[in-house]
Amino acid sequence: MLESILRMNGIVKSFGGVRALSGVSFDVRKGEIHGLCGENGAGKSTLMKILSGVHHSGSFEGEIVVEGSPRAFHGTKDSERAGIAIIYQELALVKEMTVAENIFLGREPGDGPFLDAHRMYGEAMELLRKVGLDISPAAKVKSLGIGQQQLVEIAKALAKDARILILDEPTAALTEEEVRVLMGLVRTMKASGVTCVYISHKLGEILDISDRVTVLRDGKTIGTVDREGLSEAQIIRMMVGREITDRFPKEEGRPGGTAFEVRGLSAFDPKRGKQVLSDISFTVRAGEILGIAGLMGAGRTELLMSIFGATAWQVEGEIRLEGKEIRIREPRDAIEAGIGLVSEDRRRYGLVMPLSVMENMSLASLGRLSRFQLLDANLEAKLAGDEVRELSIKTPHLGTKVSALSGGNQQKVVLGRWLMREPRVLFLDEPTRGIDVGAKHDIYLMMNALARKGIAILMVSSELPEVMGMSDRMLVMRGGTIAGEYRRENFDQEKIMASATGGRL
Amino acid sequence: MKASSGLKDGATARMGMGIDIRTLAMIGILVLLWVVFGALTGGTYLTARNVSLLVRQMAFIAMLTTGVTLILVDGQVDLSLGSLAGLASGIVALLIIGAGLDIISSILITLLIAAAIGFVQGTCVARFRIPGFIVTLGGLMVFRGALLGITKSRTIASFPAQFKAIGQGYLPAFWGVLAAVVASALLVLFQTLDRKQKQNYGFEVAPAPEFLLKQGLVTAFIVGVTVYINQYQGLPVPILIVAAFSTFLTIVSQKTKFGRHVYACGGNQEAARLSGINVERVTITLFTICAVYTAVGGIILAARLNAGTPSAGTGAELDAIAAAVIGGTSLMGGIGSIPGALIGALVMGSLDNGMSLLNVDIFYQMIIKGLILVGAVGFDINARR
Repeated sequence: MLESILRMNGIVKSFGGVRALSGVSFDVRKGEIHGLCGENGAGKSTLMKILSGVHHSGSFEGEIVVEGSPRAFHGTKDSERAGIAIIYQELALVKEMTVAENIFLGREPGDGPFLDAHRMYGEAMELLRKVGLDISPAAKVKSLGIGQQQLVEIAKALAKDARILILDEPTAALTEEEVRVLMGLVRTMKASGVTCVYISHKLGEILDISDRVTVLRDGKTIGTVDREGLSEAQIIRMMVGREITDRFPKEEGRPGGTAFEVRGLSAFDPKRGKQVLSDISFTVRAGEILGIAGLMGAGRTELLMSIFGATAWQVEGEIRLEGKEIRIREPRDAIEAGIGLVSEDRRRYGLVMPLSVMENMSLASLGRLSRFQLLDANLEAKLAGDEVRELSIKTPHLGTKVSALSGGNQQKVVLGRWLMREPRVLFLDEPTRGIDVGAKHDIYLMMNALARKGIAILMVSSELPEVMGMSDRMLVMRGGTIAGEYRRENFDQEKIMASATGGRL
Repeated sequence: MKASSGLKDGATARMGMGIDIRTLAMIGILVLLWVVFGALTGGTYLTARNVSLLVRQMAFIAMLTTGVTLILVDGQVDLSLGSLAGLASGIVALLIIGAGLDIISSILITLLIAAAIGFVQGTCVARFRIPGFIVTLGGLMVFRGALLGITKSRTIASFPAQFKAIGQGYLPAFWGVLAAVVASALLVLFQTLDRKQKQNYGFEVAPAPEFLLKQGLVTAFIVGVTVYINQYQGLPVPILIVAAFSTFLTIVSQKTKFGRHVYACGGNQEAARLSGINVERVTITLFTICAVYTAVGGIILAARLNAGTPSAGTGAELDAIAAAVIGGTSLMGGIGSIPGALIGALVMGSLDNGMSLLNVDIFYQMIIKGLILVGAVGFDINARR
C-alpha cells in the first residue's frame, strides 16, 4: 500500500517571467485516494496540465515518475499511455454525439477503416453499468444532466484503462445526491485498484474521501498529511497561510420592508412542452438575503432566469419591486427596473472573454457612462477602479483581459458589473461555484455589505451549508414549486433535505 | 492591492490611439514591403505619383473592409459585399446616365436602397435567425442577378465630370494641407481635453514634454504624408472619402456605447443579452451601416471606372474580409479594429500595386496573396499563444 505510483519531484514552471510553480513535489501512493487542495492560482491546474502532457516535457523543470520509471510526456497521448486520465472541471464531452461515441472518442473500436458500432455500444453499456449509470449508450450527451455527464467522463477514463484517475473539481456543479453517487463510485474504483487524485475546494468532501491530503500554496507544496486527525480548519490554514475562523461571516441584519414580491409565477417551456415552474409566490425584504435551496432540476436557476426575462418560456405572474408592478419581457426590462443577475455559469453567461476587466464591469452601466452615444472613458475607468478596490480584485490593471484572471477574481468582476449599476434587487446564482476559500469569503463579506445598504438579495446555491450559512430566510424548491420555507432560527439540514426530496422524516 | 497604480495602464489601454504592439508590427511589415518594392522598382514604387495611384486603387476595398469589420467583430459575416457594391454602382449609373437625375439625389437614392437592403439582411439574421453566412450568400447571388437585370448585362457609360471626380479627382494642394492641419488640430484638442479630464480624476498621465512630443509627431506625420502625396496633383478625393467614413466608424466603435455593445455581442452574445444589450438591434444596425459603406464603395468604383458594369465588384467581399483578417479581426467575433483592417487593406493594396509594377503575372499575384493571407493569420494566431 505504501508503494508510490506517481511522483512529481521539484516541478518548476514559468510562463514568461511569471513563476506558476516553484518547486512542487507530490507523491501519490498506489491505491489511495489523494486529496489536492489549494486556492485558485496556487498552481493546481498548472500541475495537472504538466501531468496530462499539455505542458510538454522540457517546458518545465523537475521529473515525473510513474510506477518507478521517469516519464517524459510530449503530449496528452503519452500521459494517457502511462495510465493517467484527467477529468476536468469543464467537461470535455461533445454534446451532439452519443454517450458511446463520447466514451470511445479518438479510440473507436474498428474493423479496418470501418466503425464497429456493435462492439462500441456493447462495451459502452458495460462501462455505464460499472459507473452506475442507467442510461442508453445511444443517448445524446446534451440530453444528460451535469451529474450524469460527469459519470460518462469517468466511464471514458475507465475505457482508457486508466490506473491513475484525476478528478478536478468533480462536484462543483453537482447536487448533494449526485455528489453521494460520485463519492460512492470513487470508493468502488479504489477498491478495484484505481488510484485517485481528488482536487476540490469542498474541504468536507476532501476529508470525507481522501486517505492523504496535499496542500499547495503560491506554487509550492505546503505539505502532505494523513487524513487521520485532520480538520477543515487545518487545511484552510495551510491553504491561506492564516486562519479563517468563520467560514460564513453572516451578519444578522435588520431587514426593512418588502422590496421585491413575486405572486403566482409560472413558466411553461413550449419547446419541451414542460411546465417548468408553477404557482410560485414569495417576498424579499430590503436588506434581506433569501436563500433558495433544492436539488438539481428543482427549478432554482429557472426561477431566477424567468423572473429576469432571460428565457424563451411563457412566463405568467405578477412581479412587484418596491410596491410597483413591473413587466419584464427581456433582461433589459429587469435591469432597467433595478434587478441584477450574477448567473451560475460565468464563462457562458457572464463574461465577455476578449474584453478587459474594465469593459466587462461597465457592460451593464454604459447608459450611465455615456452622454448621447459618447462614452466617458475616464469616468468608466474611475468607477471600474472603485469596484476593483472595493471587491479586492487581483488584476494587473483595468485593461487586462478578463480571461487572464483566476476564477474567483472573474466572479468578482461579474459581481462588480452589477454593483456598478447599484441595483435594488440582486440575484446571485451559485455565486461561489468553483472559486477558492479566500474569494468565497470576500464574496460573503460583500453580500453582507450589500444587505446593509438595503439591497434585497436572492441567492441560489447547491451547497446547503452556504445557503444555511448566509441566508436570513430560505425557500426550498422541488419540481418547480416551493416545497418549504424556513427562517434562519429554524434552519435544520434534515428538515430542509426532506423538503427538497419530498421524503418524510 | 495597489489598484491605483494599475489605473493608468487600464485607462489608456483603449482610450489612447488604439495602437498596440500588434498594430506596430503590422506597420513594420508594411514599411518593409514598401522598402523592398521601392528597391526592386528602382524607386518608382515610392514616387508620389505611384503612392497616389495606390491609395486611389485601394479606396474601394477600404470602404468595404471598414464596413465589414464590425460585422465580423459581431461574430457575423457578410458575403454579399461585392455584389451589393456592384449593384450600387449599377443603380447610380442608371439614375445619372440612364434617367438623367442629378448627382446628389442619385447618390442619396442609391445609399437609401443599400440601407434598406442591409436592414433586410440584418433582420433575416437577427430576428429570423437565419445564419448570416446563408443570408448573405443568398444576397451575393440575388444582388448580382439584380445588377445583370437592371443593366441588361451591358456597361453603362459615361458619367459627367463632377461625378467622375468622386473616383478620380484631386483636392488642390492648399486645401489638402488645410484639411490635414485642421484634422491634426482636432486630434490634439481632443487628446488635450482627455488629458485634462484624466488629471481631474487623479489618474497618472504622461509628463507634458512627452505628451507634446507625441502630439507633434502625429501632426508631423499627417501633414507630412499629405504634403508628399500633394506633389502629384493633390490629395485624391476617394481617399478623403475613405478617411472621413472610416474615422467616423472608428469613433463609433471605440468611443460609443453602441461600439462597446458590438464587441460584447461578438465576444459573448448571451452575456451581452443578460447585461441588457439589445443584441438583435446591434446586428441589424451593423448590416445596415455595412451596406451603406459598401454602396459608397460601389459609387467610388463606378466613378473611377467611369461606368456601371455588370461585373463590378465581383469577388470583392473576399478581398475585404481578407484585409480585415490580416488586420487582426477574428472571424470568431469580439476582436478586431477598423484601423487594423485598413492597414490590412493597405498591405493587400501595396502587394497588388507593387507586383503589377514589377509585371508579375496575375496568376502569380493571386497565388502570392493567398499564401500571404494564410501565412499572416497563421503567424498571428501562433504568436498570440
